Amino acid sequence: MFRESHKALIALLLVTGYAGYSIHIYTDLPQANVEQHIQVEKGKKLWQSYNCIACHQVYGLGGYLGPDLTNTYSLKGPAYIKAFLESGTNVMPDFNMNNEEMEALLAYMEDMDRTGIASPSSFKLHLNGTIEQ
Amino acid sequence: MVPLNNKSNPTAAFLIVGIILLLTGMCWGIIGAFQYVIPGLFKSQLSFERIRPLHVSSVVFWIIITAVGCTLYYAQEHTGKKIYSVKLLKWQWALFVLSVLFILITYILGIFGGREYWEFHPILALPILISWILCLFNFFKTTGTIKKQPVYVWMWFTGFVFFLITYIESYAWLIPYFRNNVVNDLTIQWKSYGSMVGSWNMLIYGCGIYLMDKMSGTTTYSFSKIGFAIYFLGLFNLMFNWGHHIYTVPTHGYIKHVSYLVSMTELLLIGRIIFLWRRSVKENKKHFHQSGFRFYVAADVWIFLTLLLAIAMSVPAINVYTHGTHITVAHTMGATIGINTFLLLAVVFDQLNPVIRKIKNYNRYLLPGFWISNVSLIIFWVSLIVAGILKAWWQVHHPEIPFSTMMQSLRPYFILFMITGVTLTAGMWMMLLPVLKQYFVQRIRVKKRMGILYNRRRASLHTS
Repeated sequence: MFRESHKALIALLLVTGYAGYSIHIYTDLPQANVEQHIQVEKGKKLWQSYNCIACHQVYGLGGYLGPDLTNTYSLKGPAYIKAFLESGTNVMPDFNMNNEEMEALLAYMEDMDRTGIASPSSFKLHLNGTIEQ
Repeated sequence: MVPLNNKSNPTAAFLIVGIILLLTGMCWGIIGAFQYVIPGLFKSQLSFERIRPLHVSSVVFWIIITAVGCTLYYAQEHTGKKIYSVKLLKWQWALFVLSVLFILITYILGIFGGREYWEFHPILALPILISWILCLFNFFKTTGTIKKQPVYVWMWFTGFVFFLITYIESYAWLIPYFRNNVVNDLTIQWKSYGSMVGSWNMLIYGCGIYLMDKMSGTTTYSFSKIGFAIYFLGLFNLMFNWGHHIYTVPTHGYIKHVSYLVSMTELLLIGRIIFLWRRSVKENKKHFHQSGFRFYVAADVWIFLTLLLAIAMSVPAINVYTHGTHITVAHTMGATIGINTFLLLAVVFDQLNPVIRKIKNYNRYLLPGFWISNVSLIIFWVSLIVAGILKAWWQVHHPEIPFSTMMQSLRPYFILFMITGVTLTAGMWMMLLPVLKQYFVQRIRVKKRMGILYNRRRASLHTS
């Protein structure tokens, strides 16, 4: 049986480690945190209010009914995205967005695109199981 | 351990709401599966962006509300004391249930505003938070100290506290500092989600260990060194292994390395399962006739399968293939249905035993339901893995092939997962509908009896 003091010590170590790790991540966020453009902020809100993530992914995270949209802006261009937004597809509904909303959503997708490359084919695999982009 | 009778079980309402959410949530899932096979189905009424959160939130809330109800029930049995405040418990229940109801209605109406898994408007997160704080207070007041307590009390304590922390953390995005960059936002989002799943697992596994102790009549494991060692290993993983969700996100490299190393410690659990395999099989055979125990055995098998898949997916070089594919869905289904749901059902069957034993010829529903759901789940799981492997091959080696062409090639597996999704749901309904029916019949009878007694008393007072 573990002694009560040992249990308390292990728990304390873990909790301290977790708190320290969390604070470190909060204060050292992975990418530069610049003031966001109003259009991007608006686009992000629209992305959430239309629940785009239910069908699409960002860096492979999200639903799988539609494609990953992280780099669609640079791969296909804004006109291509706008065409989908304007009329929907046989799976995606037409959300009846106005031009202003579409521009905001495009600004958000452009911003998302700038953060990195999502395609798994861009990763180099190492024998020790780690990856590199 | 002092068994509670049905009359003194104020937590039964949590379990009943949980079962309703599970059964309805699975139906939303069936609609979603049909939408995979028949593109455009219900596009203008209930398109996929509404169905997915309806399905996911219903079953996530089934897990959470039932885990809470089960833990509070066992906390009373364990201490031999009644819950600290029944009034508080009722408030907590009402707040939670009303919030869930509102959330589901907003989904049907297409009102969103949150993010994946918590898609509801952030304002609705508040009553859930208040409800959780009430619950935490009630739990602490009921159990008292964790000094000299068995491992399951430590697990419950951890589950309640860490859910609160990670739930608040999952709303960090409301602060511009955290949401201003997609990568930062995703990092914090998955940091909180990864640990949150670990926190409700603590509640469920804690109940599972308690139930085993109850059935075996000993507390050897729950006070043992190995019991606590496994608990601390679980806590270590809860705190630090969440990075495997975001290996492909351009976040800090150390987050990925820490997660990779920590996740590999789960190999110890696999080793232990294999080492104890023979003994478990013998033990399982001994109790298999007990209705609740069957779920326990099923969960045992799913723990092994899901853990194997989880460890494989925690290796970054494998994760590059599996991430963003249906292999992730298979892992989630194995964990939420195979482990969480089956373990919870084992506990629910113990706690609702006074209701279940009054169902006439219940084995007629239970046995076929149990086997139908388990066989369906296996086929469902395999079809998702095969679809995932094919998608993985496409996204790594042939990204030039259009997405729609790739999806078309996966259609046979989507049809298979749709059919087995239907049979899985049918199996669950078969097992749980009689339980709901019996519960409500008993409630109505009790209410009627109380009404008669009240009228008689009033009449006698009137005549005297």
